[in-house]
Amino acid sequence: MYQNDIGKRSAKVKNVVERGAVKKFAEAIGDLSPIYWDEETGKRSRYGRNIAPPTFPRVFDYGVIEGLKLPSKGLIHGEQHFHYERPLFVGEELYCYAEVKDYYEKQSSMGLLGFLVIANNGEDADGRLLFTSTSTIIINEAVRKAMSV
Amino acid sequence: MTSIRKWQVGESLPEVTLAPVSRLDLIKYAGASGDYNPIHTIDEEAKKAGLPGIIAHGMWTMGNLAKLFTPYYEEGFVQDYFVRFQSMVFLNDVITLKAMVKEKDEKAIRFAVAAVNQHGKEVIKGEAVFSLYE
Repeated sequence: MYQNDIGKRSAKVKNVVERGAVKKFAEAIGDLSPIYWDEETGKRSRYGRNIAPPTFPRVFDYGVIEGLKLPSKGLIHGEQHFHYERPLFVGEELYCYAEVKDYYEKQSSMGLLGFLVIANNGEDADGRLLFTSTSTIIINEAVRKAMSV
Repeated sequence: MTSIRKWQVGESLPEVTLAPVSRLDLIKYAGASGDYNPIHTIDEEAKKAGLPGIIAHGMWTMGNLAKLFTPYYEEGFVQDYFVRFQSMVFLNDVITLKAMVKEKDEKAIRFAVAAVNQHGKEVIKGEAVFSLYE
């Protein structure tokens, strides 16, 4: 049902790796290293500044993919993959967008399941890709039927 | 500070066992991540969704697991981090975080990673590639 959406993208949205948001996120996952929030530790590190934890891109705004209709309930997060060129720096500006990478269906003991693969990307101001966060979302048969009505 | 390079294939980073999962943990993660899906915080909504109770955000567990690599950022960074969400995490579950070296060369170390509950069940499982600086 999402085959026609493959390749669709959102427009890029400017995001900032906000200092307070990084600290709050690091606390929420119990990752309390000062490399994320203490300015002195950041300065003394090889990065010369603070960095963000690898799963931080969950917080960014990736814009809206026009025409992609997702059910508001019943989605299951099946898999998640982060790929980085380097860690993200606190304070830097990123240009983020989402793209529908794939959709396929598989028969399972729970009926026919849909697998929607969405890539959330972040680039620097020069358009260099810094990270990709790829989510595989599982949509079960009951939810798909409700959607297609 | 120990070096991440000292671990050989088949050896594991020191395991971390988390405090039992609390509602406040999940409320904090909802606020910090912006994921306000109520099945993670509100009992009635979880029950309406057919769950026995609220469940942790998969990304909360995945976020926790990555901290095994945090002590080593002077030597490299997490270049790739993949997990499959295999089983739900409920309130009061006790999660242990694990990473074992699968392969290594001078450029990177590949780990098998997992978060395991108090019954020994893997709730998330995957791989991380820690890229090493020269």
